[in-house]
Amino acid sequence: MLEFLARLFQRHSLSSKDVAKERLRLVLVHDRANISPELLQLLKDDLIKTVSKYFEIEEKSLEVTLDTSDDVVALVASIPVHRVKRSVKVASV
Amino acid sequence: MGEVIVITSGKGGVGKTTATANIGAGLAMRGYKVALVDADIGLRNLDVVLGLENRIVYDLVDVAHGHCRLKQALIKDKRFEGLYLLPAAQTKDKTAVKPEQMKEICLQLKEEFDFVIIDCPAGIEQGFRNAIAGAEKAIVITTPEVSAVRDADRVIGLLEAAELREPKLVVNRLRPRMVRQGDMMTIEDIIDILAVDLLGVIPEDEQIIVTTNRGDTVVLMDRSRSGEAFRNITRRILGEPVPLMELERDGHFFARLRRIMGLG
Repeated sequence: MLEFLARLFQRHSLSSKDVAKERLRLVLVHDRANISPELLQLLKDDLIKTVSKYFEIEEKSLEVTLDTSDDVVALVASIPVHRVKRSVKVASV
Repeated sequence: MGEVIVITSGKGGVGKTTATANIGAGLAMRGYKVALVDADIGLRNLDVVLGLENRIVYDLVDVAHGHCRLKQALIKDKRFEGLYLLPAAQTKDKTAVKPEQMKEICLQLKEEFDFVIIDCPAGIEQGFRNAIAGAEKAIVITTPEVSAVRDADRVIGLLEAAELREPKLVVNRLRPRMVRQGDMMTIEDIIDILAVDLLGVIPEDEQIIVTTNRGDTVVLMDRSRSGEAFRNITRRILGEPVPLMELERDGHFFARLRRIMGLG
């Protein structure tokens, strides 16, 4: 009985407007990202700069995408690494 | 020098033309000189919403191409002193006017009128670019639906890219009862997502259909909820701080009962 009530309330708590808002939030992450490929390029350039401090990478095959699966948006970066750099120079702050 | 405001939405059917007519009439009611411009070339409708469809001689395209003077194309409204319409052409398409020509027409209107309000067509193509070309401010209309809010977001991005900063949002066709039941996004939800300033909220109202049937505006009707919402929007455009109206003041019996009993 209690379980039934709990389920009932749980179902109720996910109202259709919450579903609408969540779907909107997700679709807009993509829409907004799609508006500016420049932004993605800037991010790529920054990534290359940072990652190159530690690894020798293949810059040309670097891929950065926004991936939506289920209800999570993830930033996915695929960076082919040739080798780890032996001496990491830490930039003085 | 007047102010040029474009009313836009991205998605069609959310109430741009109705809002243009009512905001324009609302400003004229307050004694301002207002020019309404229908930028929806090929699908003109502001004329029928205002009940002025039988008085069109020249249109926006005629003015842009120099077939007539601007003053010859302006139709004077009989109910509101100071309200004028520059109708769109019906037999041409969006490419009949260029953004530079729209800019020029807006400049000329600004000298004569306190407010120039442009009814933007749906979409984000040339019709949209024409409509925003001469505007200094933008009002974005949406309804509490996923599709309309998504399109509003896209339009806000395009407006900002075109240097029309800080557009103001109007949420149209809100149903307070569905909001209370959790079946419609709230104003807070929409503002949270779009991150823009709110200019007003218009409740769903059958009176809009009735007045539009007759070619009248709802902003004149004292007892209409949507009319009150449009009057409030008008006042906010004029810089008065007006709080959002209580949307459920005349709610159904049980809502009132709950309120009387101190439960609502």
